[in-house]
Amino acid sequence: MINKIFLTPQEAVADIFDGATIMIGGFGEAGSPIELIHALIDQGAKDLTIISNNAGSGHVGLAALLEHKRVKKIICSYPKTSFSEVYPELYCSGLIEVELVPQGTLAERIRCGGAGIPAFYTPTSVGTSLAEGKELREIDGELYVLEYALKSDFSLVKAYQGDRYGNLIYYKTARNFGPIMCMAAKVTIVQVNKIVELGEIDPEAVVTPNIFVQRVVEVPNPLHEHVLVSQNKKYPWTE
Amino acid sequence: MDRVNIGWSKDDMAKLVANDIPDGSYVNLGIGIPELVANYIPEGREIIIHTENGLLGVGPAPAPGEEDFDLINAGKKPITTIKGACFFHHADSFAMIRGGHLDFTVLGAYQVSQNGDLANWSTGSPNDIPAVGGAMDLVQGVKNVFVIMSHTTKNGTPKIVKKCTYPLTGVAVVSRIYTDLAIIDVTNKGLKVIKLAPGIDKDTLINKTEADLIL
Repeated sequence: MINKIFLTPQEAVADIFDGATIMIGGFGEAGSPIELIHALIDQGAKDLTIISNNAGSGHVGLAALLEHKRVKKIICSYPKTSFSEVYPELYCSGLIEVELVPQGTLAERIRCGGAGIPAFYTPTSVGTSLAEGKELREIDGELYVLEYALKSDFSLVKAYQGDRYGNLIYYKTARNFGPIMCMAAKVTIVQVNKIVELGEIDPEAVVTPNIFVQRVVEVPNPLHEHVLVSQNKKYPWTE
Repeated sequence: MDRVNIGWSKDDMAKLVANDIPDGSYVNLGIGIPELVANYIPEGREIIIHTENGLLGVGPAPAPGEEDFDLINAGKKPITTIKGACFFHHADSFAMIRGGHLDFTVLGAYQVSQNGDLANWSTGSPNDIPAVGGAMDLVQGVKNVFVIMSHTTKNGTPKIVKKCTYPLTGVAVVSRIYTDLAIIDVTNKGLKVIKLAPGIDKDTLINKTEADLIL
């Protein structure tokens, strides 16, 4: 019997090791698996390389993971966000290594990582500082830059519904990086608002096919980052 | 303050851009002034607005209290969807951009050079936290890149220059520039002024522009 369901976020992230490369879904707070990130903070793994579009806001979720000095390197496209306090401080004090990647190149590097394509050429960033030191190639009279695929040891993703095989559907623009990050990890861990029975998700409507998912954990009422940030909450909770 | 009552306002500029986008176009709007363009799509035209975080068919801003923070635009502001909208993941979203499927993108800028180079992602200052987002993908992939910006900085420094001094977003990528003073096309012969704002004469425009202009 196949059963990818884990009962708690704690169990689902228990084997994440020091030095792991972890993709974390989300575009800002939409799609950010905040309960899985908090479980990872509690779990204690350090020297992590994080691949995520942003770098968190306030002192919860991804920002809290950074604040607790668990992250040595972040690969991202847009680490500054309104209410981002932790990342700017780490960056300005040289306490975090950053690899800045154009957003579409980031998405395609992740997709390629999941699709078994080691590298690709793209015109994005040609002639800019982000192409410096990268291999250039002329194809049909146009210049392209070589970009390498990204893979991860673990991906932490938030989806809307999942079943015990790992089929997933998402909610609105919270889908963003989820489907491709599921493809690019050795172990994909997904928090869903609701676990449903096999067959409840119409096969025509499945967004992430179950083969890309290893663990599913139900978090019925996920926290909202903007609410926590507006209340100036910090993780771990102090009261 | 010689700007009062002459030149175009931000909303005027957004209206001019909206007028130049034909019926049936697929359009990506950058963060800030470009977002205003959505308010001025002329009646009778169907324009589909793409937001790179994963939606075709952006609708108007939600009423207060109706916000859904899982339904946001690239500026992370709550939005709504139009009927016929669709969601997709990031690789598909950027395949739309990078694969040349979008007709227009409207972006803000720090500088545009006379051959259409764009600088809009970093001032290069040591205090600046570098962050690029989707700008470099948009300028390479979208068929027409419109820039909407003030003609000069707040202290009067020209933003349309011979050569950009800020870090580049893309080389020779801009098709048309809308400023508070003029609309300017980037052509293989140079920057061609196609319309002057009310109260702006040729000499004023030349004085406020570092790049060479074809008038």
